[in-house]
Amino acid sequence: MATPREIVGKRVARLFENGDLVNLGIGMPTAVANYLPEGISIILHSENGFVGLGPTPPEGNQDKDIVNAGGQPVTILPYGAFFDSAMSFAIIRGGHVAATVLGALQVDEEGNLANWMIPGKMVPGMGGAMDLVAGARTVIIAMEHAAKDGSPKILKKCSLPLTGAKVADYIVTELGFMEVTAEGIVLKELAPGVTVEDIQAKTEAKLIISPDLEEMKI
Amino acid sequence: MKKVTTRQEIMNCLSDAQTLMVGGFLAVGTPESLVDILVEKAVKDLTLICNDTGFPDKGTGKLIVNKQVIKLIASHIGTNPETGRQMNAGEIEVELVPQGTLAERIRCAGAGLGGVLTPTGVGTVVEKGKEIIITKGKTYILETPLFADIALIKAAKADTFGNLLYSGSARNFNPLMAMAAKLVIAEVEEIVEVGSIDPNEVMTPGIFIDKIIKA
Repeated sequence: MATPREIVGKRVARLFENGDLVNLGIGMPTAVANYLPEGISIILHSENGFVGLGPTPPEGNQDKDIVNAGGQPVTILPYGAFFDSAMSFAIIRGGHVAATVLGALQVDEEGNLANWMIPGKMVPGMGGAMDLVAGARTVIIAMEHAAKDGSPKILKKCSLPLTGAKVADYIVTELGFMEVTAEGIVLKELAPGVTVEDIQAKTEAKLIISPDLEEMKI
Repeated sequence: MKKVTTRQEIMNCLSDAQTLMVGGFLAVGTPESLVDILVEKAVKDLTLICNDTGFPDKGTGKLIVNKQVIKLIASHIGTNPETGRQMNAGEIEVELVPQGTLAERIRCAGAGLGGVLTPTGVGTVVEKGKEIIITKGKTYILETPLFADIALIKAAKADTFGNLLYSGSARNFNPLMAMAAKLVIAEVEEIVEVGSIDPNEVMTPGIFIDKIIKA
């Protein structure tokens, strides 16, 4: 039985083209890098100032000055480059990043995304998320389909403060693969064993069922 | 023009109610020795401009824990619970700024620009109270420059003129802040003679740096 992380990771990874410059958010999005299909390699951008993000170094080989956007020790690949924060966000805002993969607290049928604060509860700040959704050419939401308490996260209208307005292009969850269009959220693929009724029951927005609906290949 | 300085000389530059910029991203590239000098002098009512408030015991978080900051301008405070606590208790004013906007507001201060037009934050709370400019059919927020009295930055190496080299992802906001303050103090891991850094390799020109201290 595949875990949500594995299902989401494998499906998101198939959205990339060889050589794409990609920024992966913290958590489930980070895991996407583990599931790239054969023959596809991507270049990872780290918002704190480099491209060519490489794997975690073995114990004892960490460099205190090379960390990812979560502050964890990482490596830089031989083709990589370091730069300052203005360059890092020029790369993001300037449309040079092919895709960003982010989690969500809420996403709605207009593609509005909320993932940076819950008023009165959690106000960590937006960090680089608002720039990423404004600038990346494709915004992919990778998350568990519903909240921990079972309440829907894919809504008719976000109620939390937005990270970006009309920014989400794709939503990938352990239940299905969806595209945000001008008409609403189109369900294009269902995870193995999941029915249209199952996924709709956990979604507040009315899903538009693609005429070409198929089973997700994972 | 002697730039290499002492703790005491730096101590003499600090006073209450100053606006400070401090480099670093989750304390990587933060001048910890300079932050410690600030903690030791215990200057109060500071306005602090930095990417994030690090951790309670690391980076600019130490200034928050020591209650030296009354206003904070940052993109992220989630790794330091004390910042959130002081914000919710009304002890500190926090302006949260998207990270790329923060970088550009600092950069345009140092570059003599009146502001920057960014699409980041359009349609969110970030646009509240700001001028919206539509040009060529696209909507932008006018974000204004951020200046400081003192910038405290961190580099790997300096020559005695102040030419700087950074290491890895510790560069982040440091080169931008070096251009945006009246007084710029660099904490470095190594100080070398002028001529030992190739001018082709210099990342921040020494003309921006006023004082240098070894970490």
